[in-house]
Amino acid sequence: RYYEYIFGQSWRRTWGRRPLAARAEPELFQLQVVIEAGDPGLSFSFSFSLDHLTVTEPVAILKASEVWGALRGLETFSQLVHEDDYGSFLVNESEINDFPRFAHRGILLDTSRHYLPLRSILTNLDAMAFNKFNVLHWHIVDDQSFPYQSIYFPELSDKGAYSSNLIYTPTDVRLVIEYARLRGIRVIPEFDTPGHTQSWGKGQKDLLTPCYSGGQPTGSFGPVNPVWNTTYDFMTKFFKEISSVFPDEFIHLGGDEVDFSCWKSNPEVKEFMKKQGFGTDYAKLESYYVQNVLDIVSSYNKGQMVWQEVFDHKAQLKPDTVVQVWMANNYAHELSSVTGAGFTAVLSAPWYLDYISYGQDWKKYYSVEPLNFPGSEKQKKLLIGGEACLWGEFVDATNLTPRLWPRASAVGERLWSSSNVTNLQDAYRRLTNHRCRML
Amino acid sequence: AENEPSWETPCTELLVYVSTPGCDGFPSLDSKESYKLSVSKGSMLLSAETVWGALRGLETFSQLVGRDENGTYYINETEIVDFPRFPHRGLLLDTSRHYLPLRAILETLDVMAYNKFNVFHWHIVDDPSFPYESSTFPELSKQGAFNAMSHVYTASDVRAVIEHARLRGIRVIAEFDTPGHTLSWGPGAPGLLTPCYVGEAPSGVYGPINPIVNSTYQFVIRLFQEVSTVFPDFFLHLGGDEVDFTCWKSNPEIRAFMMEKGFGTDYKKLESFYIQRLLDIVSSLGKGYIVWQEVFDNDVKLRPDTIIHVWKDNNLQYLKEMANVTRAGYRALLSAPWYLNRISYGQDWIEAYKVEPLSFEGVPEQKALVIGGEACMWGEYVDVTNLTPRLW
Repeated sequence: RYYEYIFGQSWRRTWGRRPLAARAEPELFQLQVVIEAGDPGLSFSFSFSLDHLTVTEPVAILKASEVWGALRGLETFSQLVHEDDYGSFLVNESEINDFPRFAHRGILLDTSRHYLPLRSILTNLDAMAFNKFNVLHWHIVDDQSFPYQSIYFPELSDKGAYSSNLIYTPTDVRLVIEYARLRGIRVIPEFDTPGHTQSWGKGQKDLLTPCYSGGQPTGSFGPVNPVWNTTYDFMTKFFKEISSVFPDEFIHLGGDEVDFSCWKSNPEVKEFMKKQGFGTDYAKLESYYVQNVLDIVSSYNKGQMVWQEVFDHKAQLKPDTVVQVWMANNYAHELSSVTGAGFTAVLSAPWYLDYISYGQDWKKYYSVEPLNFPGSEKQKKLLIGGEACLWGEFVDATNLTPRLWPRASAVGERLWSSSNVTNLQDAYRRLTNHRCRML
Repeated sequence: AENEPSWETPCTELLVYVSTPGCDGFPSLDSKESYKLSVSKGSMLLSAETVWGALRGLETFSQLVGRDENGTYYINETEIVDFPRFPHRGLLLDTSRHYLPLRAILETLDVMAYNKFNVFHWHIVDDPSFPYESSTFPELSKQGAFNAMSHVYTASDVRAVIEHARLRGIRVIAEFDTPGHTLSWGPGAPGLLTPCYVGEAPSGVYGPINPIVNSTYQFVIRLFQEVSTVFPDFFLHLGGDEVDFTCWKSNPEIRAFMMEKGFGTDYKKLESFYIQRLLDIVSSLGKGYIVWQEVFDNDVKLRPDTIIHVWKDNNLQYLKEMANVTRAGYRALLSAPWYLNRISYGQDWIEAYKVEPLSFEGVPEQKALVIGGEACMWGEYVDVTNLTPRLW
């Protein structure tokens, strides 16, 4: 596909003409790609890629320790090749040693607030590859809809999707994973619980907590019910499926914005709180639930990512649980806390790209310095990267691509490039060129 | 018991009756767009005074038709009498900050028709680029377009836009904004723009159109002669906004002219001097004109049938401006609260919807002078990749 990217777009061919004489410059015939390691297999968490790109005639060499590094180098090579007015393709002699500053460079897509057709997701994966992103955080289900077609629980999408054709079949999911893999992009699915689960209740009876008012069920439901054994039976079976469908080492379990009011209204839950000695501290109940799910997912040999509330509410995390910091207020302080407690962190708080505004807002995303938080060297190492989030409340296939790109490119550079690459004018010049290239 | 479909005999025809023929003409500010739509058992009738009203009625009719789970198209019995509150309902596109390919403009016209807009305000040229291919002055786009081959509107492109619009009952009002917003005119029309000075010497930088040389007015006459023939609508938008006086002030010849004319140091008078001559030229070509509010604010002497376009929006000052403009007897167009290029998060359509154009202090005669408004999509951050989802 890189051949097509480099040579295929040549609309200028129709205006220009090839000069008849041979060019004086030497010609580059070949880009040799050398990969040092053996086949890394399917999963490649946090792989470190170091590529050397040497361009001198007649053969350019791209060396990388793993194929993932080669992909990054190929992207760089494609950006170095430019076309002149006569239709000749040129590349300067170069010597490049490159590697990412942060290992986790992600984009969050939300396919629950609005369904995103497969082609939107795939186009987005292409754009991510152009910007050296390597994680697709697929926030696949939420309150509004459940488009994920589960093999064990087909009713979840039968009843929970917006409609029968607005779903992701197992084939669709495999396609996304493979398309991403070929671009060196990991797919981390998020099945957010216990909050953000209204759509789950449509297809799975007795999963969500019935809310009460004046001693009677109101007919509406709240978060996942943490006191029933059946809840954990369901989660055990459900995450068994998820663990086999999604090959990445990590699964995102959500855990954000749990509204306690429904739990507080439910007599069984209140009873349980008493029995467990939680008093009226519902954060303890939330942690109880989350710990159980963490155990379930661990037993399938998967690592977990969670939103920051899970850490804030003092659930007992596994040592390798990754905490995603998203609340904008004083996020530097949160990063200190999370890493200070020894946990790995991923930063999203300053990069909520769904919050559009007028003008060149890419500049404020670019100017974020992720390591600007109080902490030791050791702590700073625990911040493994970040994710630009495009929540779907106001986004669907009609506006996804222009809303996300090239604004997300600013985040991509911030996460890959070295901390001293901060000049906005220079970035502007390169970003405008890059945008045209992406188009 | 099985549900019997309650469909009556299917209606196969929508009869369209137009009392004043005129399919070959162009819509105008005075066009009557009212229509009546009558749907009853066995007959559907759309009647309007003009074909423009029929187009509006056809759009409404298309919105009334539903489709059930079996695929059957149906329509409820209906009696509709409809007409627009304001006769000028416009949309501004800016093809200078970013070139918009023809298909983007035509697509926008389609969506305008779905929303009963009837004016396409084509802000065709400005500082960054001059994509309009002029037959009188071909150098303007040759030197001023982003790319003279690919980023221009040829005469046939312009004709295509005008006809595509006409068939949808949409007027095309072109804006050639002067004397400011004209940097792109400079390369193709040497001597047109004012050379700015630093001390005694020209700095190499140019400013607004030079209002003191005769060549300017010869140019303006010839250009607007062409523009008047190319664009059939009675109105032209002449711009007149945001004229920066610093360049004029720096130029010694202009300073001398100011002295000669007794303008002192009031450059608004110089701006008025230019605009008045421009308005006279355009009038003599048989066109009416619309100008941005500065022209009114700076006390330019205007003809009574000038339309003032109100766009400045700091803290609802536009309501005051609407009152002032209409009190002075001019017709007004409102755009200030409808700068759709100023995007923000969430359902910002609500703010636009809540605007009440006549909520300024004034007598009924004043309110009657508000002929409508325009949503503006300025192009600083907009091109074909994001125009449609940003606008609609």
